Amino acid sequence: MKYMLLIYNNPATIEGLSEQERAAVMGEVDAIMAELADTGELVDGNGLAHPSTAKTVRLQGGAVAATDGPFAEAKEQFAGYLTVDCESEERAVEIALRWPDPRIGGAVEVRAVMDAAGAEM
Amino acid sequence: MTPDARIEGLLREAAPQAIAALVRRHGSFDACEDAVQEALLAAALQWPAEGVPDEPRAWLITVASRRLADRRRAEEARRRREQAVAAEPASAPGRDDTLTLLLLCCHPALTPPSQIALTLRAVAGLTTAQIARAFLVPEASMAQRISRAKQAIRAAGARFEPPPERERADRMRAVLHVLYLIFNEGHTATSGPDLQRRELTNEAIRLTRGLHALLPTDGEVAGLLALMLLTDARRKSRSRPDGSLVPLAEQDRTRWDAAAIGEGVALVTDVLARAPLGPYQLQAAIAALHGEAKRAEDTDWPQILHLYDLLERLAPGPMVSLNRAVAVGEVHGPQAGLELLDTLEADKRLRRHHRLQAVRAHLLERAGEPLAAQRGYLAAARLTTSLPERRYLEARAARIGSSRSPARRTR
Repeated sequence: MKYMLLIYNNPATIEGLSEQERAAVMGEVDAIMAELADTGELVDGNGLAHPSTAKTVRLQGGAVAATDGPFAEAKEQFAGYLTVDCESEERAVEIALRWPDPRIGGAVEVRAVMDAAGAEM
Repeated sequence: MTPDARIEGLLREAAPQAIAALVRRHGSFDACEDAVQEALLAAALQWPAEGVPDEPRAWLITVASRRLADRRRAEEARRRREQAVAAEPASAPGRDDTLTLLLLCCHPALTPPSQIALTLRAVAGLTTAQIARAFLVPEASMAQRISRAKQAIRAAGARFEPPPERERADRMRAVLHVLYLIFNEGHTATSGPDLQRRELTNEAIRLTRGLHALLPTDGEVAGLLALMLLTDARRKSRSRPDGSLVPLAEQDRTRWDAAAIGEGVALVTDVLARAPLGPYQLQAAIAALHGEAKRAEDTDWPQILHLYDLLERLAPGPMVSLNRAVAVGEVHGPQAGLELLDTLEADKRLRRHHRLQAVRAHLLERAGEPLAAQRGYLAAARLTTSLPERRYLEARAARIGSSRSPARRTR
């Protein structure tokens, strides 16, 4: 079963980390990624560029248009994702629980990835 | 068949025998399996250009033995002495070697996904890249899983030999379960980008057919083969070209594969008459009753219900109970089916399962409660993680909505 771990954090908090704290967070991420590569559970994962560099496309005054940045002023921003193929939802949550961002004001959302296969109804 | 397809067929046939022959002589399943994979690649490159050797299997064994010898030589000089042996021509592997290999790949130290990956590589002779594509994961991840599976087998101290008699029944059950899972992965794939995955159905049937040839008196092996054939017979009619699902009752039965149904029915009829009853045989018998009904309304539901009664006693489980509730609904009416579902909802695993909600919605629709049915279909649609199932369930809900308020349609 494939799960996507959606990682949210507060860019201001990340910017405010000391060098030591930053290295610790990166170290934790590297360790988890190495473990997932080793177990063969890793499907894909990427960090995303700062939200200020994003473009958002939405309906504006009757037409779809692109604007700079994400719409919301939310402190918590989508920062990256991880797709894992693992045995159970429990295992996916276990990986999310070890991710560093929730401990520095962020969050990790665990969502099952829809399958293109389906059983006879 | 193209020459390349013929060569691939030959290679896949010979792969497990070559692995078995090597393991017999050198012991290490891990290293032997790698060596045979390299020999398979060499054959896939050489044979189309230079022609197929007279003895494809012996060729593979010789080349794989050389690869193994090369590697060992490079790794440990002190083992050089043993290499002379590796160059000797191979003795013909026994027929049971494939079974021993299958039992080893489905070792209880492995998780089902690892058992599946290893079986597909070592027994079915698929490449890591093919397996990775079928399961939609990167090749590196699949390679890691296979390598870890082999390590786990080594760590468990498993050897290339038949399991002790007292473990045999459990180990065989694991093998059949893995074959069934491989079949299901392919069977549930719909059209479009899933063609790689659908190939798994053919692999599972091929492996189970081979196992049935090895163990013709094993009732459950025959039952599983019959179940696969009867289920696969509906392949063309179970989804539309756009990948959307067609429920059993609405399938175009003229598109069912009559030859596969004939073979499946003959197998299950024969085995039910002579072997001790087992869950795969019962499921095959149920599939046979569906396969023999010319129209959905001709289905022998009382007999199907009887078979589910037996199955529930023999191999109880939430999915069996749920399927039995469908049969109860057909035989004793939707209300009886709904009452049974209420009792099943006590099971936590089932309450949050989309299939229970889908069955409930279907029964409610038949019982003349469209609003509740619509809610049920939407609840099921929210719970499933399958896109085609979600589409199907949402469409059922929408169909109720539009038939109840025609004004909305014309808006």
